[in-house]
Amino acid sequence: NKEQERLRVDKELGNIRNRFKKEKGLTPYDKKKYVWKMLYIYMLGYDVDFGHMEAVSLISASKYPEKQVGYIVTSCLLNENHDFLRLAINTVRNDIIGRNETFQCLALTLVGNIGGREFAESLAPDVQKLLLSSSCRPLVRKKAALCLLRLFRKNPDVVNVDGWADRMTQLLDERDLGVLTSSMSLLVALVSNNHEAYWTCLPKCVKILERLARNQDVPQEYTYYGIPSPWLQVKTMRALQYFPTIEDPNTRRTLFEVLQWILMGTDVVKNVNKNNASHAVLFEALALVMHLDAEKEMMSQCVALLGKFIAVREPNIRYLGLENMTRMLIVADVQESIKRHQAQIITSLKDPDIRRALDLLYGMCDITNAKDIVEELLQYLNSADFTMREELSLKAAILAEKFAPDLSWYVDVILQLIEKAGDFISDDIWFRVVQFVTNNDDLQPYAAAKAKEYLEKPAVDEKMVKVCAYILGEYSHLLARRPGCSPKEIFSIIHEKLPSVSTTTIPLLLSAYAKILMHTQPPDQVLQNQIWTIFTKYESCIDAEIQQRAVEYFALSRKGAAVMDILAEMPKFPERQSSLIKKAEDAEADTAEQSALKLRAQQQPSNALVVTDQHPSNGEPPPVFVGQLSVVKAPNMNNTKDHYSTEHVLSQENGNLSQVDQQPPSADPLSDLLGPLAIEGPPGATVQYENSAVSELESGPDVVDGSAIVPVEVGTNTIQPIGNIAVRFHALCLKDSGVLYEDPYIQIGIKAEWRAHQGRLVLFLGNKNTSPLVSVQALILPPAHLKMELSLVPDTIPPRAQVQCPLEVVNLRPSRDVAVLDFSYKFGTHMVNIKLRLPAVLNKFLQPLPVSAEEFFPQWRSLSGPPSKLQEVVRGVRPMALPEMANLLHSYRIAISPGLDPNPNNLVASTTFYSEDTRAIVCLVRIETDPADRTQLRMTLASGDPTLTFELKEFIKEQLVSIPTVAQAPTPPPPAAPPTPQIPPNDPAALLADLL
Amino acid sequence: VLRELSGVILTRGPRLCNFVEWRGLKVVYKRYASLYFCMCIDPDGNELEILEIIHHYVEVLDRYFGSAYYILDEILISGELQESSKRTVVRSVAAQ
Repeated sequence: NKEQERLRVDKELGNIRNRFKKEKGLTPYDKKKYVWKMLYIYMLGYDVDFGHMEAVSLISASKYPEKQVGYIVTSCLLNENHDFLRLAINTVRNDIIGRNETFQCLALTLVGNIGGREFAESLAPDVQKLLLSSSCRPLVRKKAALCLLRLFRKNPDVVNVDGWADRMTQLLDERDLGVLTSSMSLLVALVSNNHEAYWTCLPKCVKILERLARNQDVPQEYTYYGIPSPWLQVKTMRALQYFPTIEDPNTRRTLFEVLQWILMGTDVVKNVNKNNASHAVLFEALALVMHLDAEKEMMSQCVALLGKFIAVREPNIRYLGLENMTRMLIVADVQESIKRHQAQIITSLKDPDIRRALDLLYGMCDITNAKDIVEELLQYLNSADFTMREELSLKAAILAEKFAPDLSWYVDVILQLIEKAGDFISDDIWFRVVQFVTNNDDLQPYAAAKAKEYLEKPAVDEKMVKVCAYILGEYSHLLARRPGCSPKEIFSIIHEKLPSVSTTTIPLLLSAYAKILMHTQPPDQVLQNQIWTIFTKYESCIDAEIQQRAVEYFALSRKGAAVMDILAEMPKFPERQSSLIKKAEDAEADTAEQSALKLRAQQQPSNALVVTDQHPSNGEPPPVFVGQLSVVKAPNMNNTKDHYSTEHVLSQENGNLSQVDQQPPSADPLSDLLGPLAIEGPPGATVQYENSAVSELESGPDVVDGSAIVPVEVGTNTIQPIGNIAVRFHALCLKDSGVLYEDPYIQIGIKAEWRAHQGRLVLFLGNKNTSPLVSVQALILPPAHLKMELSLVPDTIPPRAQVQCPLEVVNLRPSRDVAVLDFSYKFGTHMVNIKLRLPAVLNKFLQPLPVSAEEFFPQWRSLSGPPSKLQEVVRGVRPMALPEMANLLHSYRIAISPGLDPNPNNLVASTTFYSEDTRAIVCLVRIETDPADRTQLRMTLASGDPTLTFELKEFIKEQLVSIPTVAQAPTPPPPAAPPTPQIPPNDPAALLADLL
Repeated sequence: VLRELSGVILTRGPRLCNFVEWRGLKVVYKRYASLYFCMCIDPDGNELEILEIIHHYVEVLDRYFGSAYYILDEILISGELQESSKRTVVRSVAAQ
């Protein structure tokens, strides 16, 4: 039995210990025997804390059996941080570079399983050599690939050496599928860290995938239940997901064909293993399709497939179907098609694995379906597993709050929720409903009537007593005329519950009594006596809170009307972030299960629950309950503001550029000045400057490259961005979605929609790691002409999660200034701060407008000269053919009207510009080029607004002079600094310009 | 780890799916008679793929019926699949 086993093991361990200790001349055979025994004892679950040295020393034995034991036992008993391992590095290295294949395998396996940083540093080149060696057998090379993967994870620098990307590309031509599978694992890790270096691998991956998916030239032994290596297929698609986009149209088309093939060619079959394998491939293909942002048609095809999966009986597939639907919600376009499956998803709530369905419902809920979904959740609450109830009710409460079609429905839902799951509901939920009732006058009589109804039921949960007593205390007087609602009746309904409640609830009841008494006009002598008796009774209560209230209410109510103000209705609450949502976010951070929830937290709530933002007006200290309700916390934004305003004070005191020295985390003096200036004052006031600092600084004498305006990355960051930030920015100026910034830890993507003078951007903050990013802060520094509002950015981004932050933009005036996103986060001990230009640029507010000759010429003539019509000869233009220039203008949303100008070397174009000040305004452009000298041209701009004419002229000029392309790194400097716009005398930016 | 996980996994009924979310990770498990095989993966990993690695392993065990440890070393290194051909695995194990 167990006890005998333990005794036997102890005895054996003692024996081995003695042998190791005493007999120096242990024969190799004995040593081997005892080390084996140690391993078996360890595997039985006993601690073996000695003999490690003996195991490690066996590695250097020359005979296979001993060496093998050494390797195996070492890799089982020791972990990578064990000191003894260091002793073995040399021996291991000798085995790796030695000629003996078996020894190579043993060594690679050990390093691949427990190799640490030191191994990485001393062995990586040797392992790389093995992997590439043509004389090694596949058996060794595939081990080398995975061993290298381990070393890469320990220290990426040792693998990312010059030329390795090319080698990797060659490796993908490998015919042996075993080596290829291992190499693909390695590639996945490499591209996840730095996809740019490995872009040459991309077409090869597509080729491999095509070969496998179509089962071309795949040896029989590498098929798994008839499927050509599903693992390699999955890994290849995983690798492809790390490349942001696929530029080459041919590769892209091939890939989509293969994906289509996979999506359509997968059937549900009887054999479990075949089914699993083919669906593993299918789900990975789905993930890749989502990543590639495929056409709508393909997306809805995916949703349809997922819809099929959530209806099948196999629990694994159903679970994954639900999970992937939740992920798919991030791609906003498919929400409508997902809603079609709502009924099926609701059925899935009855699954034992309910979490997925709940998350999905939570994620897909909006104003249109909130009523159905929340009511389903409420109904489900009755039968739900106890462990689920708290989360379920919290989610129902949040959805009810966010998307309530009307307020009374919201009150109904919360009261039902409390009734059904009182024990599982946190206080926040009922605090919140009280807040809403207090802040919405219309709601109060309804809530009071409902509260009475619930309280009249026989067995009532204590939380229900609390919320009902509170509401009745405050608002029952509004019901006084209804039958059965006299103060006396209300009082007796509440009082009936008093014997059954705990000491924490009694104070609430006492307050309600006091309020009822106060509202009873004319005073009711009988009721007064009844209540006073109760107060007197509790005057000697052992609980201090109850005692104090009883004494005070008694005294107050005796004083009569003079001090009745204190007992008047509660003032409105200032609006706050819902503590429920905050709580949900906190809870989610623990489990790394987030996306839908975060997504939800960022979305626009229903208008039904707009709470008036009114502060206490009567000057009295807030009455008694406030202490409890203040648990609802205000969003914690103040820290950042304080921080910046301090910085600002500092810069004002110094008054010149010497402040740079005092702010070490910034290499660029301009970004320093920008930071504090744009932040100055309360957030609402920021937009009031006539000219932003950016435009002033831009024209400063020491700015050479006008196109690279100011804030790029900050020099002291140890974390290097992936890709060129400026190139990404320029690309986003032309298109509406893409990656704005990326480094090893985070990827910031952007998706934008523009309508006239308004825009809606969504920032996608994606954590690329398996640990959370903390202290996340995002601050928008808007130029004067843009009104920008960023929704709350969560402080923490959970592992592998993506958070969406909508950003609303309103264009007030024409200007070329650029908004800046000041973004920071902390990863481990690294504090990373980046300043990124946001692609909310002038051309986004343009709408191409082709015009006819009849429309063009009268307008052109009516705008006769400066300042509405400006002309300039531009030199230093990047030479380009006329069609190319037309394309360029077109890409900035300026429509070319061909044939209007009789001279074929000229271009005439027009567009509509939108801003709040100017409304829609037509701009006309004429560009006259010289076929003999393509580096110069004459440009004439006309519009009804002089500022717009000037800004648009400068904007087009900038684009013509420096066109950023990926291949062309440095852009030529602009010919001359643009003339400075007039500066209003009291503008802080003007003061700054003086200082410069 | 072992104790906590076995508590979680053993209590799950046969009708539930083979994936458990645990401490921000996912555990994929499979039961063969009275033996449970578990692998822990990232939350965004491909669960079905892992499930079939387990099955692949078991099939190789079945075919060779030798010491499980050598075989595991031939199939997985550093948590990644090394060889998906059963014949190759068995051959290299036999060679030792």
